[in-house]
Amino acid sequence: MSAYQEIEHDVLVIGAGGAGLRAAVEAASAGVDVGLVCKSLLGKAHTVMAEGGMAASLANVDERDGWTTHFADTMRGGQYLSNWRMAELHAKESPERARELEKWGALFDRTPDGKILQRNFGGHKYPRLAHVGDRTGLEMIRTLQDHGIHQGMDVHMEVTITRLLKDGDRCVGAFGYDREQGRFRVFKAKAVVLATGGLGRAYLVTSNSWEGTGDGHSLGYHAGAEMRDMEFIQFHPTGMVWPPSVRGILVTEGVRGEGGILKNNKGERFMFDDIPSLYVNQTADNAEEGWRYVTGDRDARRPPELLTRDHVARKIVKEVQEGRGSPHGGAFLDIAWIKEHIKDSEGHIKKKLPSMYHQFKELAGIDITKEQMEVGPTTHYAMGGIAVDADTQMTTTVPGLFAAGEVAGGLHGANRLGGNSLSDLVVFGQRAGEYAAKFAKENPSYSVSEAQIEEAATEALAPLERGVTDRNPFQLQLELQTMMQDKVGIAREDKGLTDAIGLIREISGQIADVGAGGNRWYNPGWHTALDMKHLLTVSEAIALSARERKESRGAHSRLDHPDKDEGWSTFNHVVRKGPDGEMIIERQEIPQMRQELQDIIEEEG
Amino acid sequence: MESAAFKVWRGDQEGGEFETYDVDLEPGYVVLDAIHKIQAEQATDLACRWNCKAGKCGSCSAEVNGSPRLMCMTRVEDVAGDGPITVEPMRAFPVLKDLVTDVSWNYEVKQSIQEMTPREPDFEDGSWKMHQYDVERPQEFRKCIECFLCQDVCHVLRDHQMHAEFAGPRHFVFAAQAEMNPIDVGNRVAQLRDDMGIGYCNITKCCTKVCPENIAITDNAIIPLKERVVDRSYDPLAKLAQMVFGSKD
Repeated sequence: MSAYQEIEHDVLVIGAGGAGLRAAVEAASAGVDVGLVCKSLLGKAHTVMAEGGMAASLANVDERDGWTTHFADTMRGGQYLSNWRMAELHAKESPERARELEKWGALFDRTPDGKILQRNFGGHKYPRLAHVGDRTGLEMIRTLQDHGIHQGMDVHMEVTITRLLKDGDRCVGAFGYDREQGRFRVFKAKAVVLATGGLGRAYLVTSNSWEGTGDGHSLGYHAGAEMRDMEFIQFHPTGMVWPPSVRGILVTEGVRGEGGILKNNKGERFMFDDIPSLYVNQTADNAEEGWRYVTGDRDARRPPELLTRDHVARKIVKEVQEGRGSPHGGAFLDIAWIKEHIKDSEGHIKKKLPSMYHQFKELAGIDITKEQMEVGPTTHYAMGGIAVDADTQMTTTVPGLFAAGEVAGGLHGANRLGGNSLSDLVVFGQRAGEYAAKFAKENPSYSVSEAQIEEAATEALAPLERGVTDRNPFQLQLELQTMMQDKVGIAREDKGLTDAIGLIREISGQIADVGAGGNRWYNPGWHTALDMKHLLTVSEAIALSARERKESRGAHSRLDHPDKDEGWSTFNHVVRKGPDGEMIIERQEIPQMRQELQDIIEEEG
Repeated sequence: MESAAFKVWRGDQEGGEFETYDVDLEPGYVVLDAIHKIQAEQATDLACRWNCKAGKCGSCSAEVNGSPRLMCMTRVEDVAGDGPITVEPMRAFPVLKDLVTDVSWNYEVKQSIQEMTPREPDFEDGSWKMHQYDVERPQEFRKCIECFLCQDVCHVLRDHQMHAEFAGPRHFVFAAQAEMNPIDVGNRVAQLRDDMGIGYCNITKCCTKVCPENIAITDNAIIPLKERVVDRSYDPLAKLAQMVFGSKD
């Protein structure tokens, strides 16, 4: 029997980014005992990388904004595959969630009359994003962290969860190890919240950190939860492309929100060429109107650079494929040009986009106040995720297991609008915390079998016990990432996807050969070997769902089915684990939208 | 420059030594890229912390050629010289393994500092009126990414190991953002004086020099806080008033 430390909580939250912290704060306020597991140190989660802002229809900058417009924008952005109830709750509750952050110490940028300032972003009809320069995510995580540590929760830092524990159908805890010494931890809990974020590390070019290995998606799936909409991976249009060491690092959409324009190597502003029909009425058809929009003219329509991310990413790829790309395979993003309109443009850019200025100056040797940036698509966000009940965030099939934030699916449908992620974290983090605490109070008794713990321990120790083999975990990870980038990336087709599924299964078979040298103390090789199971699980779900969807919609783009097909707009893909451990994909019909919400969509146009 | 030698400290609480690795470089390589390459190809158990690789999370702090830096924001070409590039863990904190140190003390100190305490909201929706000029000062401090490089370089912690008496620059910045939050009604003066040991700082500005976020730690956070402490604790007229009317701090 392996040694382990046993820890009990009423509510266990796995993941300590914005969603996990908000869930933990809420559960603690309900008077239950809360444990918060962080894969890294507290406050380092991927939320710190969010730059542009948090979408909330506060209507501080444009009083015409309101929850109905935000709801309609989100549904349109998601190409009507979103869970409409989640979109409704999100639009209604995000203003309150933004305001409460100030109560806990956040300091957003201000309007001239002393309210929270809001900025323009792609797909949002009005200026809607509460922000702090271009470091809004840091502000959010720090606020929740600094408030959270005083709410009486136990924080377990640098602990990785490898399996969920169950009592019958119900989830009752988790098994993991601490990075520091590799000691096993068994968490027993009356309710468990997954808030593990994304899975960008399945791809070679990504804005995600090492942590984004789809842990929660995979933990939930193997415990019986469903994953939905997994074919929809957001490729953010503007990642850095040069030098190679920074490839994939995010360049905030805020650059375009502040007036940045995209150009090809001929100096043409190519985004005006092709405006999707859903957005024709809302998009400027000339540069002058676009500039008026970003400087606050309420009668102007937004410039085409602020179309949704899926469209902008595809347009950049097209320019590159047709030979009009930048020297290192991207497009040019130019904010320096605003000097034509603004007297102290250099000071203005440094004030509005300080991290971007810093990032390009330090890492690429480029002064963005004077020179163009080179940008291209980078794997950024998983729209798909664990299927949950909209109101409670409890998974559809595993009682006691909740999910919130990026790991949960439903809100964003086929494409997420920028700014809707930070608001997603706090709106649904709050709900998951509330309902997990309620579930814990109502379901106090459970048991955890020793057999499951022993099985989890054996699985976790296996790579280390094999020692160094000829299958190095880092090489295996790289093979998977390269293959996913190539075959399941921004442009997909049936053959590539079928090949990918075969290769994923082949690599999965090799997991049993992967070994890691060294001992249990802080051993990245061992940790990478254990993360591979999650990466392979989510990769298979993405490839399988992508092959099934024989149309192009939102972030999912098929070369062999280039058009959107209305026949595919009535259902979501759901993936679950079959009785023999095989991955099963099914269609799930989208429930009829309430009449009042349908009316809103029609009115908002 | 096609390759470079890196002397990386390998070891644990018991001790350790430098090991040298030759690394093939690609254009634009930062020190963290080199460490990752060593990990993937030569030493899979080489321990280092990292997350964002973009200077935003403050995880990959280490000492490169003896200077406290974020490995992800340090270009190899900027630190390459004649000999190998040395990479070692922060020296103000106990080593766990290789480049990873035990920074848990920082989390304990932070938890002991009085949290931001808001006054009653100005509006019915629970919000406050704050102007940009009200929030700009504390916003500078809220840029902090908690890399703890300022703690690492501060001689009160690094050389004198006064962790029990002195909170360090990071936590003065933290106290400053709460003290200068326009809606805060808390008071951290007694804490700063008695528990956080702000008096031990003799404003050598080493912290300011290493801050990757360019926060003017000494000038904008520590000195104004020192002034608050002096004003409220050592002003003779205030002292007299306190003796007559009762102490507030």
